[in-house]
Amino acid sequence: MERFEPYVFLNKLASRWDVLAFIVVIGLITFLGETSRGLFAPLSQLQSTPVSLDPAHLPEYAARTTFRMMAALLLSLVFTLTYATWAAKSERAGRLLVPLLDILQSVPILGFISVTAVFFMSLAPGRVLGAEFVAIFAIFTSQAWNMAFSFYQSLRTVPIELIEAAESFRLTPWMRFWQLEVPFAMPALIWNMMMSMSGGWFFVVASEAVVVGHTTFALPGVGSYIAVAIAEKNLTAIGWAILTMLIVILLYDQLLFRPLVAWVDRFRVEQEPGAGVPGSWALTMMRRSKLIRASTVAFQAAVLWTSRAIRRKDGPPVEAASRSKRSLDLLWVSLIVAALVVSLWHIFAVLIANTPLKEALQVSGLAFLTMLRVFVLITLASLVWVPIGVWVGMRPGAAQIVQPLAQFMAAFPANLLFPLAVYGIVAWKLNPDVFLSPLMILGTQWYILFNVIAGAASIPTEMRYVAANFRVSGWLWWRKVALPAVLPFYVTGAITASGGSWNAAIVAELASWGDTQVEARGLGAYIAEATTAGDFHRIILGIGTMSLFVVIINRLFWRPLYYYAERKYRLT
Amino acid sequence: MNTTPILQCIDVRKSFPKPEGADLLVLDGMNLELNEGQIVGLLGRSGSGKSTLLRLIAGLAEPTSGRVTYLGQPVTGPAAGIAMVFQSFALFPWLTVFENVALGLEAQNMARTEIRKRSLAAIDLIGLDGFESAYPRELSGGMRQRVGFARALVVHPNILLMDEPFSALDVLTAETLRTDFLDLWSEGRMPIKAVILVTHNIEEAVLMCDRILVFGSNPGRILSEIKVSLPQPRNRLDPSFRELVERIYVEMTVRPQGTPGGRQERFPGLGIGSVLPQVSTNRLAGLLEAVAAPPFNGKADLPEIASDLQMEIDDLFPVAETLQMLRFAELEGGDLRLTDDGKAFAQGGVDERKRVFSRHLLTYVPLAAHIRRVLDERASHSARKSRFIDELEDFMSEEEADQTLSNVVRWGRYAEAFAYDDENAMFSLENPT
Repeated sequence: MERFEPYVFLNKLASRWDVLAFIVVIGLITFLGETSRGLFAPLSQLQSTPVSLDPAHLPEYAARTTFRMMAALLLSLVFTLTYATWAAKSERAGRLLVPLLDILQSVPILGFISVTAVFFMSLAPGRVLGAEFVAIFAIFTSQAWNMAFSFYQSLRTVPIELIEAAESFRLTPWMRFWQLEVPFAMPALIWNMMMSMSGGWFFVVASEAVVVGHTTFALPGVGSYIAVAIAEKNLTAIGWAILTMLIVILLYDQLLFRPLVAWVDRFRVEQEPGAGVPGSWALTMMRRSKLIRASTVAFQAAVLWTSRAIRRKDGPPVEAASRSKRSLDLLWVSLIVAALVVSLWHIFAVLIANTPLKEALQVSGLAFLTMLRVFVLITLASLVWVPIGVWVGMRPGAAQIVQPLAQFMAAFPANLLFPLAVYGIVAWKLNPDVFLSPLMILGTQWYILFNVIAGAASIPTEMRYVAANFRVSGWLWWRKVALPAVLPFYVTGAITASGGSWNAAIVAELASWGDTQVEARGLGAYIAEATTAGDFHRIILGIGTMSLFVVIINRLFWRPLYYYAERKYRLT
Repeated sequence: MNTTPILQCIDVRKSFPKPEGADLLVLDGMNLELNEGQIVGLLGRSGSGKSTLLRLIAGLAEPTSGRVTYLGQPVTGPAAGIAMVFQSFALFPWLTVFENVALGLEAQNMARTEIRKRSLAAIDLIGLDGFESAYPRELSGGMRQRVGFARALVVHPNILLMDEPFSALDVLTAETLRTDFLDLWSEGRMPIKAVILVTHNIEEAVLMCDRILVFGSNPGRILSEIKVSLPQPRNRLDPSFRELVERIYVEMTVRPQGTPGGRQERFPGLGIGSVLPQVSTNRLAGLLEAVAAPPFNGKADLPEIASDLQMEIDDLFPVAETLQMLRFAELEGGDLRLTDDGKAFAQGGVDERKRVFSRHLLTYVPLAAHIRRVLDERASHSARKSRFIDELEDFMSEEEADQTLSNVVRWGRYAEAFAYDDENAMFSLENPT
């Protein structure tokens, strides 16, 4: 019963968990103070104190990079809680917001940086803060969409009996949101946050060099450090950066995501006792430390206070308010149509009218090249990782080691390794059209691996016994047992990997080492070149084409495949 | 005792709009009065609208026409004096037992100390002492439903609504919970004035209720009202208890009045438009065999065979009615009597059974006959599934059409009347080679 006593922490002054918690909290506060100090400095400071390759600066750079990640994550969370809620609660808004989200998801993220830079710089003119906004927004665009999607999905699938219970006990909409909907959505949201984070690391490295017009501002951070190291051909510095990144991701994992995943276990609705609840020392620390628990009491009080401040409006529940609003519907539709017409006109005026047919054909050709690359790479990666993933997934011991490793590799920004590859290509005079390609999948192949591991691990033991009992082995076993069983999981992984590879193309198809540039022909290189040249027109054309390709491939290939796999091969 | 009703339903109708336009009527002409000190049972099969009525009373939905009044006031939303216990418990898995129970009070802006006092009292009353800080997933089904009861009682409702509260529990646990509930009720220790219990379990209704409203389907309506004046605690083996159970079985198998020739299918719709229930051929065969064998020898009393086979009415009735539709049995006066073909099926071997079943399927199930005819007439001997779905959707909802077609596929496959390939969604006459 002690959990209802607010003052338990006075019984004993402090436990050893308190000491640990104290150190961590103070560390976090110092870190926030340190990193935010530079935000209001004038922009010129970025040029007067360029990024230094001295490894002694790396902790500070890492802190700045981490700070950006956190800010973007917070922003994504706010976006998720508002945008997705709106889309789920208002049928009218949802009809527009959901497809919009789907499109946004397929826009290559790096394209955003150059397009939005001017706007964000103007928010804090002449300050470093403006450049930070640009970087943070770029990271935000790599995180927000799938989080919002997951939250939207969860809101739409809250079990009806829980909604009825909330209604019949007369919870206010505000209470219902925080006590029912958010907790219910939590597990999926946390998982998507982790996935977003993995994507984010990739882009934080790429987004720290903000190009506005013909000036480049290098924000202090690991990404800028790498950029300088590449420009100066300093292999040792790149080694240091890779090491730093490994440590940062490890810390993030231990201090943020492990505790979150362990904590969120209680929000799962399936009421079976969890098969192996994930553990986390950081969560244990937070739970055991009375100081931290006392501070959560304050938080709970705040939730309670807001719940009370906002009253319930008595009246008929959900279903009633639908018919009378025909005219509003009409207004809404006409608004959308108007917006559509304006956008189409703009697209036509800016893009199509100014694009010679030759250029359009060229861009489509390049897109086909990139598409070819993505498909070949996914196939190759599948040939390697599916057998390995199945093998690992069938052995719980091995899976326990490999699974977190694969997730970790997915989070590691593969672009840190690009310089090494470029160095090799230059040194051995290899064909960049072929040898730059693997970089596109370097970071995303792990999605295939850990999804397949999860799939293989979920094959029911009885099914394996049956296979063993009837001596199904060799190729027959793969064909009839293993591959069908992991197919739904594999498809999920392949979709993520494919999407990530398209995004990575912008970085991977055009790489440099010192003043040597290595280029593979493709849409990614086209966009990267246009970005460097500050050619607004070609940037939009490139991004538009890429988005179009990704959307079409998703609709015509991945989505049908996904539903087919789910329907036919999902073991339930 | 106060005799003005706490709750009244007057001419309540409820229909849901169907996409094709015509509304689906699920409740019609519903009149109900609830007085203080009563437990009223709403008894019927799934789809008879009893749960819908409960939701109208709870203020979770609004009637299409008619009125629901609570203490003389129309119910326009969840009312403060009405609390509900759910079939699936509907506990919030992220809240502890205590927090789950306290939730309803927190929504009422009550003082912290009062919330604590009342929650602990409710937890105590319902026998959950010591489980306050447990999470639902740590509890057994019975304990979870106790939390459901405590959560409802803590708000001190005048009316307690129970939506099949024991049907997700095993037999032993359910019985313990029922007894505990009845003890608390008869001792007047619960802060409630009246109870409405939705159930599809006839014995449960007779055991617990003072009045039972028997519901019929299509549309949902009250067939009859039965008063139970047996003194509590009631004994299931008591002859008058058994008699009452038997009487309700008869009520529930009475044929609708005024149908020519005395025969009307119980399934909604006529011809190929009838919605077929989800019943596998194994269940059909199982019931036929059970009725054909001693001690029944071809004629079984429904309550007896139900308890013999451990089937609740929701399991038993669809099977029995399908047998009747296929003319393998007759259902009347609470009895199930096999026809000659029904007996032949029960005694036959695999081939004989298939022959008899095929003949009856193609004669008495118009949809099966229709599919077979289409396949016979076509040169290709094949037809798309969508063709039949479209036809069915003229008569029923999309969901019902899917269910009906998947049933006819199941029966058609067993009868070897036609084949179906799910991958291509094609019907054909071929058998796999």
